[in-house]
Amino acid sequence: MSSPFSINGGACVAMTGKDCVAIACDLRLGLQALTISNNFPKIFSYSPSVYLGLTGLATDVSTVADLFRYKVNMYRLREERQIAPRTFANLVSSSLYERRFGPYFVSPVVAGIDDGGKPFICGFDSIGCIDFAKDFIVSGTASDQLLGLGPEDLFETISQALLNAVDRDALSGWGAHVYIIEKDKVTKRLLKGRQD
Amino acid sequence: MPGFDFSNHNRNAALHAQGVPLPKATSTGTTIVGCLYDGGVVIAADTRATSGPIVADKNCEKLHYISPQIWCAGAGTAADTEFTTALISSNLELHALSTGRAPRVVTCMTLLKQHLFRYQGHIGAYLVVAGVDPTGAHLFTVHAHGSTDKLPYVTMGSGSLAAMSVFETSWKRSLSRDDAVKLCADAIQAGIFNDLGSGSNVDVAKTTLMRNYITPNVREKKQRNYRFERGTTAVLAEKVIKREEISKYVTVHELGEEGVAGAAEKMDVDP
Repeated sequence: MSSPFSINGGACVAMTGKDCVAIACDLRLGLQALTISNNFPKIFSYSPSVYLGLTGLATDVSTVADLFRYKVNMYRLREERQIAPRTFANLVSSSLYERRFGPYFVSPVVAGIDDGGKPFICGFDSIGCIDFAKDFIVSGTASDQLLGLGPEDLFETISQALLNAVDRDALSGWGAHVYIIEKDKVTKRLLKGRQD
Repeated sequence: MPGFDFSNHNRNAALHAQGVPLPKATSTGTTIVGCLYDGGVVIAADTRATSGPIVADKNCEKLHYISPQIWCAGAGTAADTEFTTALISSNLELHALSTGRAPRVVTCMTLLKQHLFRYQGHIGAYLVVAGVDPTGAHLFTVHAHGSTDKLPYVTMGSGSLAAMSVFETSWKRSLSRDDAVKLCADAIQAGIFNDLGSGSNVDVAKTTLMRNYITPNVREKKQRNYRFERGTTAVLAEKVIKREEISKYVTVHELGEEGVAGAAEKMDVDP
């Protein structure tokens, strides 16, 4: 039997640009080679500029997304303010490490813009080890030209990176969502992707 | 509330019994070293984190802060080294506050070994503990099962053999601080270049962290431009959420941007 990470398939990527960040995911939900749904988003919002991408076992993706919705709601009621991306990243990290010996089969990615308007992205393994990156999370190779891209060019880069990656992966694809997060607005786009 | 949550363990064990492989944790297939010199101690680490054969992070931090004068280098499961050192750092701070004394390196080492022994090696943290306290400069290694060593020069991780060969050829009893830093950096570079699990840059800690002390693997500038033209990607639908209407998309409506401070002010406070 295959790894729980590759039963349902899925892909997610986050990148930083100049005063903006992008996070994108595919929309496929599968059971091995059989596609169950072509509208299963894997990106969730927890405050105006904090987004969480979750790939892995779909049951855990839903469970973990709801668990963080609960935790962030409790945080917001307690603190009477929105959660910051770095705070949320530490919440994800410690929540996953709490289940060190019975983990959720998910690989989270956090993208957001902090109070100072600085882009923040990071990734995690399934037991909460944070991978702080300044350029991108989940992809093949970095490029220095990526840094300093504006929101329009960043959209093209992240979209092409994701679309070309999922076209070469049988378990991912079937459309994609891309979020471009700027200081005062968020643009969500549904991409035209291959349906095969 | 404290401690680990095992509620998924039965499910995952049942899955594992059906032949599902366990998830791959990020590990620091690592070179970490430490060495004593006249009047102090130096530790150093490479900066590669791996997940199986994949390089997960090219510039991660493996030198962990414990207390102002104690630092810890970690190898093994990355999450375990990160959280174990953070926990012990926290406990040591409370201990220092309650005793009113600077924390000792032996105390740190004992807390670490007792914690790791309790978990019988399941917490995969392999550590080099180093620091200066009122009793002098100290250097220890702590293994995941709880055993410890006290030696003048130590190496750990997958690159430990490469690094140890440098110490065995060049280490001597009296070293200056700069010599010790150079010796540790050389030992790490032996790991970076001869061990596949180790790579990228050298981090050094004396009592302050010298992040990326040596960067022998700087990425070349791209020869060509790989940017995509605007309009390359076909878009089926687009939705722009402005800051004013963002409140519609978050769960709690009452707490707007300005409402946060305003609501707190209006609240009744007991006299």
